Amino acid sequence: MNANGNRPLLEVEDLVVRYPVPRGLVSSLGRKPKENVQAVDGVTLSVRSGELLALVGESGCGKTTTAQAVLRLVDTTSGAIRFEGRDITRLSTRALRPLRRRMQIVYQDPYESLDPRLRVRATVEEPLAIHGLGGSKTEREERVRTALARVELSPPELFLERFPHELSGGQRQRVAIAAGLVLEPSLLVADEPVSMLDVSVRAGVLRLLDRLRENGLGILMITHDLSTAARFADRIAVMYLGRIVEEGPAQEVVHNAQHPYTKALLSVVPRRDPRDRARPQILTGETPDAVRIPSGCRFHPRCPVAIDECSLRDPVLERPRNARTPDHRAACILA
Amino acid sequence: MSELLQVEDLHVWFDLQDSGELHAVQGVSLSVDPGERLGLVGESGCGKTTTALAIMGLLPPSASVSGRVLLDGKDILDGGEASIRPHRWVDIAIVFQGAMNALNPVRTVGSQIVEALELHGRAEGGQARLRAGELLESVGIPAQRGTRYPHELSGGMRQRAAIAMALSCNPRILIADEPTTALDVMVQAQILELLDGLCRDFGLALLLVTHDLPVVAQLCDQGAVMYAGEIVERGSVDDLYHEPRHPYSRLLFAATPDLDGKRGEVASIPGAPPRLDRPLQGCPFRPRCDRAFAPCAKLRPRLQRVGEHHAAACHLNGVPEVAWT
Repeated sequence: MNANGNRPLLEVEDLVVRYPVPRGLVSSLGRKPKENVQAVDGVTLSVRSGELLALVGESGCGKTTTAQAVLRLVDTTSGAIRFEGRDITRLSTRALRPLRRRMQIVYQDPYESLDPRLRVRATVEEPLAIHGLGGSKTEREERVRTALARVELSPPELFLERFPHELSGGQRQRVAIAAGLVLEPSLLVADEPVSMLDVSVRAGVLRLLDRLRENGLGILMITHDLSTAARFADRIAVMYLGRIVEEGPAQEVVHNAQHPYTKALLSVVPRRDPRDRARPQILTGETPDAVRIPSGCRFHPRCPVAIDECSLRDPVLERPRNARTPDHRAACILA
Repeated sequence: MSELLQVEDLHVWFDLQDSGELHAVQGVSLSVDPGERLGLVGESGCGKTTTALAIMGLLPPSASVSGRVLLDGKDILDGGEASIRPHRWVDIAIVFQGAMNALNPVRTVGSQIVEALELHGRAEGGQARLRAGELLESVGIPAQRGTRYPHELSGGMRQRAAIAMALSCNPRILIADEPTTALDVMVQAQILELLDGLCRDFGLALLLVTHDLPVVAQLCDQGAVMYAGEIVERGSVDDLYHEPRHPYSRLLFAATPDLDGKRGEVASIPGAPPRLDRPLQGCPFRPRCDRAFAPCAKLRPRLQRVGEHHAAACHLNGVPEVAWT
């Protein structure tokens, strides 16, 4: 599928996304200085074909903004985004169009992302019409059926004429995925794809994504759920306040975490086994807002092991001393 | 009798106007002892929230209810609003998922607690303001933040304020309906720690209603798993995880990803729960069950004792020498 040999499908380099903070009338008249939200502050990541990268973090950490920037849904302040070997950071909307169908997104809530008035057939066919693809009516029909089969809604006849309200949550999310797959993308951005679904059907959708990945799709999954990432990602990148603070193979990040924030996040994941009641490392307070980013290491005010130097030096993402694999990186001067 | 709260054979029907009735709760019985923590777990539509609302007497007029809700052995359901009102907030209080809905957006958090205190004759004027400050402090909000409006607080702080308000009349039971569902993991951990502390320090009994099994495993002593309007298994959280006696409980745990374990190895349960607007035949879980056998199609299993403080509604428990795991 991807003819770029060993080059990653998606490469994001030092991405920065800043928004101006809207000022109220009083602030404007009072000539208060304009402030910026530093939503994404220097993110570097890559996704290969057949790989699932999980971008993990709490709300406001910049994971969704990163994904939106990748899809060119928000403007990039600086940095570069390369997709299928092309720099798309400043590509015009027109030039971007043929590439758009190669990168698709699945949203969190299949109750909102599907048009309730459209039958499954129309929902899945619509992207073809928008991109002027699919040729004749018969060919389009065939593509729709193939897409439904790929998301395991089979036989397709059973689903083609149904409306969203006639489907379960899991089936709706599969329809949403089919509407993305019908364009045969090489990259799928999945923004919390199962968090609105009942526990009993989550794994089904996740395993579907896993099979699509095995068949060559690159997946960037945005999630707040480390357990899901641990089970389904090749690599995990943990974000805090606009930065990736730790990144590496999923098993390494989960079982050999090096950044104090990752360690704290892992410790508060409730365990299924009631006998496994380890004392969680609960951080006090909440993530500071991205307008006033702390000096030095941005995590230092909440860090349980911070030393004086942490408020002065902004750590770079590099291989920690205790790394067991070469591609494990953490941004902590103590690691 | 040591039970603080006892629910016996609770049924709830919702009138669907032209299309009949929805039998949302189909004979739920449970009990909560003083200081005990019971987790009521299930997926959407299983009837767990309806059960909680029925206990509080907060169901909409389209609902009809039968069964008994006993507080200290006295039925608080049979006399309608008149019999529940003296106990609501005073003995039993509830906090909901979206704390924003429980708080009035145009009043400061502190004044809402003061109002609750005055309304129930707990304190007046300066005394009430002082007590409101103490309540806020007890849930980890500095008293001076009582002058804030709900929208000025973060989601976690709002949930804390809602808990403070629920505690204003010193209830003995707190019902928490998905109290951490919309929150980030770190904030969730803070709220769970708070609930844990409140139960420990004040002997508060907790009925935790949630879809999240690990939260129950970590916070509760007892668990009750609901499916299609009924409790299909109840027991200690340890029994539910280590010795489940209903296939749904076992599969629900297996479908919950954990940090450990192999890649991709998470169970899913095929199919969907049955519709509750028509009569059910046999075991409601049978079409999705990996262990169903002949009797399951005919007879609806009843909740039966399978161990000390452990009960399950599954025909397999009547078959000798069944391997459960």
